[in-house]
Amino acid sequence: MAEIMYWEGLRRAHDEEMTRDPLVICMGEDIGVAGGTYKATKDLYEKFGEKRVMDTPISEGGYTGLGIGASFIGIRPIIEIMSVNFAWLAMDQMFNSAAKVRYMSGGQLTAPCVFRSAGGAAHQLGAQHSARMEKVFMGVAGLRVVTPSSPKQAYGMLKSAVRSDDPVFIYEHELMYNMKGEVPDEEYFHPLEGSEITRPGTDVTLFGYNISVHWCLKAAEILEKQHGISAEVVDLYALAPLDRAGIKKSISKTHRAVIAEEDEAPVGVGSEIIAIINEECFFELDAAPVRVHSALVPQPYNHKLEKAAIPDHQDVVNAVLKMLGKA
Amino acid sequence: MTLDDKKRVLREMVLHRRFEERCYQAYIERKIGGFLHLYPGQEACCNGVMEAARPGHDYVITGYRDHVHAIKCGTDPKVVMAELYGKETGCSKGRGGSMHVFDVAHRFMGGYALVGGPFPLAAGIAKGIQLKGGDEISICFLGDAANNQGVFHETLNMAKVWNLPVLFVCENNQYGIGTAIHRSTAVLDQYKRTCAYDIESAQCDGQDIDTVYEHAKTAVDFVRSGKGPYFLELMTYRYRGHSMSDSRGYRSREEEDEWKQRDPINILRDKLIAAGELSMADFTAIEKATDDYIENEVMKFAEESPEPNVADLEKYVLA
Repeated sequence: MAEIMYWEGLRRAHDEEMTRDPLVICMGEDIGVAGGTYKATKDLYEKFGEKRVMDTPISEGGYTGLGIGASFIGIRPIIEIMSVNFAWLAMDQMFNSAAKVRYMSGGQLTAPCVFRSAGGAAHQLGAQHSARMEKVFMGVAGLRVVTPSSPKQAYGMLKSAVRSDDPVFIYEHELMYNMKGEVPDEEYFHPLEGSEITRPGTDVTLFGYNISVHWCLKAAEILEKQHGISAEVVDLYALAPLDRAGIKKSISKTHRAVIAEEDEAPVGVGSEIIAIINEECFFELDAAPVRVHSALVPQPYNHKLEKAAIPDHQDVVNAVLKMLGKA
Repeated sequence: MTLDDKKRVLREMVLHRRFEERCYQAYIERKIGGFLHLYPGQEACCNGVMEAARPGHDYVITGYRDHVHAIKCGTDPKVVMAELYGKETGCSKGRGGSMHVFDVAHRFMGGYALVGGPFPLAAGIAKGIQLKGGDEISICFLGDAANNQGVFHETLNMAKVWNLPVLFVCENNQYGIGTAIHRSTAVLDQYKRTCAYDIESAQCDGQDIDTVYEHAKTAVDFVRSGKGPYFLELMTYRYRGHSMSDSRGYRSREEEDEWKQRDPINILRDKLIAAGELSMADFTAIEKATDDYIENEVMKFAEESPEPNVADLEKYVLA
């Protein structure tokens, strides 16, 4: 099993799927000749040519719609949106065309396309390049949303998404493209539904996804070593549909929940998970669930303000200690 | 078009007109719900273009005024009416409604309710044709007001950059919902707007089917021969309001009457009568036979079909 970077996993998935099926194409801004802002399509232009590795104009709504239209007649486009902030411009086509077409055509037409986008707050990119928008996508019927937390997931989810007959939104993170991790040498398909216990524990469940899984893992280590608290980390890599059974199973074991999200709290991932806990296993709870989330502000540019706006592993540790009366 | 073609198309246009008028009546009777956008007045546009194209082979996509385009592609009028009735036997299984008629088997890729939304979808279908190497073309029928959406410009640009086999047909009926084109749009001649993207275009009368056909033939041949996108503007008029909720207070009855003097069905009918190919009695018989067909077959089918099973509510959300 080789250790590769997150972007290399994405690149490998593109390469394998495009080699296998001539109807798989990729499109986006700067993905071809320039090799991709985060290198997910590096060298593919040379290998597959401009008809299949399409450098698009800066027209997110237009080219996303174009990819969706192509998928109507059997093309499998992987549509990259350079930053999730720009996805606002493409949401009309994603939501009104891709997500609804299967339903409103009575099952005749599907939009088997993949939308990939880099989200999350990187460093000092300011209000219009730092959005986390997973909460917007995960509430749309007809759209699958997954968010890889490791190179293995990035590789395996893209492979599965290309083969899926549903439109799939893959939410990546700008700070994670150079993260290293083990990826199987053989072909691997990661499920697009479910969740994964990344670290087992008994006293509290830390729910994370994408980058917040790593805060949770670090927090769990500190909690164990410094406080003797056994925290279970659950990676909710699929945000739509959310794994209700997996959430219930872990809460039934630990009876406590802390949800870590990089997004702002209102109408968010944490709200949804708490609602699911209430619906599925309210009487299993020994404490009120807690959310760790960013401040409700447009992302500030100033370094100190930015750091204050975004949570990290220490906030997760603090939330657990407070919940257990040890703060 | 041969004389036989013209006689067939006249019958089709009468069907399209009477079908839509029957929808109007069913809507008043509350048999059809939601929004309903009717096509009378514009029949020569769809018919003229599709006579020059290959219905059922070429891909067609349009907005919410979509019943006639589907029927012209080969969809059975019965399943279109059943869709408007929200029945399980409807072409979209009662899940779509008037604005979302689909018939993929006849390559009618659907009606969409966001103004301008189909532009990039049509270009995408053209991209798919290009990748798969077929001889089909992608035809996008939309109204003049759609050209004020951003995706119009984004799509024209991409269609030209990638030389896509897509024909944009602009049915310029002079109104965007209830706002006259001169009050909303800087350049009234829509075909001129494509010069910014170096796309071939033309404008012609949309009421005389011979004129539409002649221009559409040029456009279709251009696109099918691999020369890239084409934009055809057809000058037309819708007799009804934008939708059924529209009392047409934004325009005069005189203007409507003026356009009705150039009714597309009457123009074709009168030409055939002048050529000695049809009598007024023949035409009346066509109308009568059409009404009988609509009542005895189309409406009967829609009325008698079952509604969807509520247990199937979530079917078709995901594959």
